[in-house]
Amino acid sequence: MNNHRHKGIRGSLWKASLLPYLLFILIPLFALLAGIRPADLARTLQQPQVWQAVRLSLLTSALSVLVTLLIGTPVSYYLSHRQYRAFRLMDTLVDLPTVLPPAVAGVALLLAFGRRGLLGGWLNLLGISLPFTTAAVVMAQTFVAAPLFIKSAAIGFSAIDCELKKSAALDGANRWQTFRYIVIPMSWPSMLTGAMLTWARALGEFGATIIFAGNYPGRTQTMPSAIYVGFELDLTVAVTLSVILVTLSFIALVTVKWFVYHYIEPSSIETFD
Amino acid sequence: MKKAFLFVSVFVLLLSSACTPGAAPERSPVTLNILAAASLTEAFQEMAPAFEAAHAGVTLQFNFAGSQQLAQQLANGAPADVFASANKKQMDVAVEAGRVAADAPASFVQNRLVIVLPPDNPAGITSLADLVKPGLKIVLAAKEVPVGQYALDFLAKADADASLGSGYSTRVLANVVSYEENVKAVLTKVSLGEADAGIVYTSDAASATGEILQIEIPDGLNVIAQYPIAVVQDSANSDLARAFVDWVQSSEGQKVLEKYGFLPVK
Repeated sequence: MNNHRHKGIRGSLWKASLLPYLLFILIPLFALLAGIRPADLARTLQQPQVWQAVRLSLLTSALSVLVTLLIGTPVSYYLSHRQYRAFRLMDTLVDLPTVLPPAVAGVALLLAFGRRGLLGGWLNLLGISLPFTTAAVVMAQTFVAAPLFIKSAAIGFSAIDCELKKSAALDGANRWQTFRYIVIPMSWPSMLTGAMLTWARALGEFGATIIFAGNYPGRTQTMPSAIYVGFELDLTVAVTLSVILVTLSFIALVTVKWFVYHYIEPSSIETFD
Repeated sequence: MKKAFLFVSVFVLLLSSACTPGAAPERSPVTLNILAAASLTEAFQEMAPAFEAAHAGVTLQFNFAGSQQLAQQLANGAPADVFASANKKQMDVAVEAGRVAADAPASFVQNRLVIVLPPDNPAGITSLADLVKPGLKIVLAAKEVPVGQYALDFLAKADADASLGSGYSTRVLANVVSYEENVKAVLTKVSLGEADAGIVYTSDAASATGEILQIEIPDGLNVIAQYPIAVVQDSANSDLARAFVDWVQSSEGQKVLEKYGFLPVK
């Protein structure tokens, strides 16, 4: 890389062109942090409704990651084998929830799993009613956030040399053993990265949740719902929860970047020219 | 570098063409921004074509949402010409923020509450007293939303009514499964059959005839919602905004509101 070219007026202009976007995202974040005094932050956190929302968000987002690991890992393993014929269809399908407006996801979930939904009648027979429950929150979050894990893990899986898996098979390992002893140990940074991204997205999920799960403190009211519904009444509560969400998301992203740089693409650290 | 430059120049080209002002007409058409409570959606939308026909060049741009959201948008500087709120409290927020003059708001219509049920009434609710049946799924609007606060007012009044049994409001509230962010969300959850009952305005129930059943709330227990309307102080087209407010208050406007289940101001 030729760093000398960056010096001089052209270089400063080039750098100055970064400012509009950087300021655009930094100023609102700064305003959020400046919008609350630490004393207020501590006091608001003690309000039962705020604490309930924090607790519910942490619980549901953790469960969403767990569910995603269970049902998403097989899908990402499948997607890491590009030669499968249904690859493109599957790949597109997995991408779909990430580009859908979350409200659409909420309506779709309601029409599928709601009391009057496609499967509602059968669920009713089993005595299960999903809308307005914490389970519905987890479903909404998983629906929207799982693709982030699936895509990230698939990239990790596909980076494993096929010869390794073949030689494992030659040594008598079955598919499960290959996965357990070769694939997972070699691709856990990608899996962890994906899980963190899914967690952060689940934490921020709102549109699908409020439509499918509703809004009830302690049961279905997550931090984003509490911010949305409570914003008009008590700005301090909204800002407190926002600060918590920004902090958690920041931690999640820093962790992800750290893993990406140290484990997944150590060679990719280079300057942009 | 070359590639980046190409991208930037294409981007700038696109931007500049988008920003080029068209040949400015002598008198540009006027858009009036009307912020109105979600419950006014159908009635105001029906009024719009007649008003626009009577005022050439004027387009009404509606923003329907929970009054509490609209008041907050106003307080934060959203461009607006008229604000119609579902209660005095949220109009006061706009007054306090300096967007509406203190003496500007006038009540233009009334609304009252009604219980709504899904068309097949899965929980078999036939009276107000049935709302305490354990295991019901009731949805209300959040207390931040005007209709949610009105619903709580109704429940408080009902507590004093001996015929409904003691602890009526506590037992009803125990059945609430969700506090929705606006009145239309309550109506949707009920008409979809996801909830067994909800409390909305008579006007919302009127807009959904056929999709829901209704149970009247007697006058003694009901809560009358007063809707204030006002021209926003810094409106660039205050004359036209005034004309819209007058239109809403005229017999023609009131007729439309009555058609949608609202009550005239006494």
